[in-house]
Amino acid sequence: MGAVDSSSSSPVARSLHRFANPGRFLRISGRVLPFVAIPALVLTLGGLAWGLFFAPADYQQGDAVRIIYIHVPSAWLASGGYLALAVCAVLSLVWRHPLADLAAVEIGPVGAAFTALCLATGSLWGKPMWGAWWVWDARLTSVLVLFFLYLGHIALVRAFDDPTRGYRAGAILALVGVVNLPVIKFSVDWWNTLHQPATLSVSGAPSMHVDMLWPLLVCILGFSLGFAAIVMARLRAAVMERRIRGLLLAGAQGA
Amino acid sequence: MLRTRKGRRLAVVLLCLMGLGTAAGLTLLAFSDNLVFFVTPGDLADKPQPAGRMLRLGGLVETGSVTRARNDGKPVARFRVTDGRAAVDVEFAGILPDLFREGQGVVTLGMLRPDGSFLASEVLAKHDETYMPPEVAEALKKSGQWKPESGAAPPAGNWNTLNPRKSGG
Repeated sequence: MGAVDSSSSSPVARSLHRFANPGRFLRISGRVLPFVAIPALVLTLGGLAWGLFFAPADYQQGDAVRIIYIHVPSAWLASGGYLALAVCAVLSLVWRHPLADLAAVEIGPVGAAFTALCLATGSLWGKPMWGAWWVWDARLTSVLVLFFLYLGHIALVRAFDDPTRGYRAGAILALVGVVNLPVIKFSVDWWNTLHQPATLSVSGAPSMHVDMLWPLLVCILGFSLGFAAIVMARLRAAVMERRIRGLLLAGAQGA
Repeated sequence: MLRTRKGRRLAVVLLCLMGLGTAAGLTLLAFSDNLVFFVTPGDLADKPQPAGRMLRLGGLVETGSVTRARNDGKPVARFRVTDGRAAVDVEFAGILPDLFREGQGVVTLGMLRPDGSFLASEVLAKHDETYMPPEVAEALKKSGQWKPESGAAPPAGNWNTLNPRKSGG
């Protein structure tokens, strides 16, 4: 293997492998974690309080619009978390990155939780505004498929006695599911849906008043940092767990 | 790129993704007629549907077309759904959602009657992607920049930083 794999001296591979070292990851993430977790908590609570109590109501939806401050950040993290899962899958399949395998295992349940939150808040919002808890339009259905992809990934990576085989299978599933992300994003533009088209876009002005936009952006940032902090903490626990298992195994063999 | 094991693995992953993406794209394109949640009156004019088949009809409630009546103590609403190209008469017996109003988007589930009108068994309200405080909407309507009967709000750049208290609107 060594002779063929000498490409790890390329700059990209070297910088990747610097972070692949679990010991270095533990040191760096231990220092970074509080700087992610505390702003996450402050921004999420502050943004939610701002949105739920101080931002104006909507001209046609009234106070029901306030659920947007939970629905949109969790929808963004449902897709963003899956993209992170897919990036881990590429790192795992191509570079055999050991931390990417562990990260994929830890991202799965967190992403699934945010997807469930997105579906639940959307349903609660749909009943009073549209008149239905659920409809089978392209946006809702594709997000439900995303939720099932997360669940499938969670089950698959844990289904093998040999964890490496689980990582491979999970990575392939994660990559196959990535075709769903553009479908989710563009479903509201490609087909007639009951769900509204995007309010925020990279090009063009947001069709939302700034008094509502700012708390929403704070919530999105807070939720995203919260996602990162939860995944980082879980990943640290997973690395430590694996170390302890290794030590116990070595102890048992030495005895 | 293909000389190392990693390069080959990367190439395989990229090739698989491209193949998968193409397959998914072609499938969605082939089924796009079935992936729409509703048809518009214009679609019905292009491709007439047989009477009696369940379908979803969506569009805007035509301004000035809503009449409400009572039939055996049940509220009955009649209105026209339009997409700008064509319009269809709709009859619905039941409680309309709160957001239902003239100029607002709706999706109705029901069937066409032989006379070309539509008997709905369910009406859902569809809202657009515009969010603004009531005072801003008021100010826009007062200044004549937005006529709600004529449909969507003006471009967002015109109002999304508007402060009605300061501008005295």
